[in-house]
Amino acid sequence: MKVSIDQEKCCAAGTCVTIAPDVFDQRDEDGIVVLLLSEPPADLRETVREAASVCPAMAIHLSEDA
Amino acid sequence: MSTPRSVLVAGASAAGLSTVESLRRRGYDGAVTVLGAETHLPYDRPPLSKQVLAGKWDVDQARLRPASALSALDVEFVLGDAATGLDAVTRTVRTAAGRELVADAVVVATGVRPRTLPGQDDVTGIHVLRSLEDALALRADLLTSSRLVVVGEGVLGAEIAATAAGMGLAVTMVGPQPTPMAAQVGPLAGGLLAELHAGAGVELRLGTGVRGFTSCRHRVAGVCLDTGEVLPADVVVVAVGASPVTGWLEGSGLTLDNGVVCDSRCRAAAGVYAVGDVARWYHEGLGTSMRLENRTNATEQADAVAATILGEDRAYTPVPYYWTDQFDVKLQVHGLIHADAEVTVVDGDVAAGRFVARYQRDGRTTGVLGWNMPKQTRLRRQEVVDALTEPVPA
Repeated sequence: MKVSIDQEKCCAAGTCVTIAPDVFDQRDEDGIVVLLLSEPPADLRETVREAASVCPAMAIHLSEDA
Repeated sequence: MSTPRSVLVAGASAAGLSTVESLRRRGYDGAVTVLGAETHLPYDRPPLSKQVLAGKWDVDQARLRPASALSALDVEFVLGDAATGLDAVTRTVRTAAGRELVADAVVVATGVRPRTLPGQDDVTGIHVLRSLEDALALRADLLTSSRLVVVGEGVLGAEIAATAAGMGLAVTMVGPQPTPMAAQVGPLAGGLLAELHAGAGVELRLGTGVRGFTSCRHRVAGVCLDTGEVLPADVVVVAVGASPVTGWLEGSGLTLDNGVVCDSRCRAAAGVYAVGDVARWYHEGLGTSMRLENRTNATEQADAVAATILGEDRAYTPVPYYWTDQFDVKLQVHGLIHADAEVTVVDGDVAAGRFVARYQRDGRTTGVLGWNMPKQTRLRRQEVVDALTEPVPA
């Protein structure tokens, strides 16, 4: 799984950080998403899928086969 | 109840699409149909009053998912055809084009439509903002206008006023509340929003309602206030709230009361569910039925509905959350801000334009509000969660 983020679309809700704090963080100054792990290990992938699914700005993209 | 063999979602916006995504993510492999009144593939609404209206994003950037992601869902999209009736017992949805769609589970996700004011449909130049077409039509009108009056001082009205001011129009915002978004954010942040707008050149006419419109050759020319003042305008936006789209459910057997009434699991009837702006469900943590018109709820509730459809028995008890971006301010609210709440600034500094405020009632934190501090605000969300899950003292 490869994770990419769209900081232009991000609305700084932080939903992804709440769900998958090992993979996502927010910038201190404006709350925009920061990617900690672009290729998360298997045990984190389900929470990453959930984070991508519930992101209110749909700013997280996953490619499962990479 | 066993897993349904088929699911029909009436509504192809954020709540409807998210329901389908959650079903698939949870492993559901039955047949799924999404019925949408609009002709577009699912798009996102929050950017309409901001990036799309300002012309910063093109239409494709407002798409919820790229075409490849939509096709991977293996869903039949029936677009440009509105639901016109439901038989909740046989779970049959009738459509404007004469279709009869039957499924084991039906999800109502038809959203809301803007309220309008008497007389606004009689003249041109008066807009509402809900759909992509609305946003593009308003933008086209703004580009050839100089004076905009925004009727409505809620979240949408304030966002439109900010965007239009940024486009160089002379903007006046009108509404009955004492500040922008007073009902949503209370006096502290409401007062700051008033200063923010006034400082950016937006004229505020607050504490007054609107009596009607003046026109010239069938084109709007002014907005008449209850105070007797007439505000000249060559374009007007009416943003005075929205009503759930439930007319098509009259006679369906569902209970309708300012939305589709659901239990704590978002079930409206056996095999029928509601999600998003249209759904009024019982929030067990807050001990009240509620309906949330915000973007985050569309996705979170969709996941709860998908879980319920697939047999989980779990109440939907979210911490309500919304955000708004106006000028250079990102304002975010987790939880609820009651009118009588005690407010404490717990991080940052109001004067510096960055702070987090905590709202408490009876010693319990009901909400946190962030002003240009999204991360620090989210870190205090847990206080709201804790208060929601604590038993109420007797």
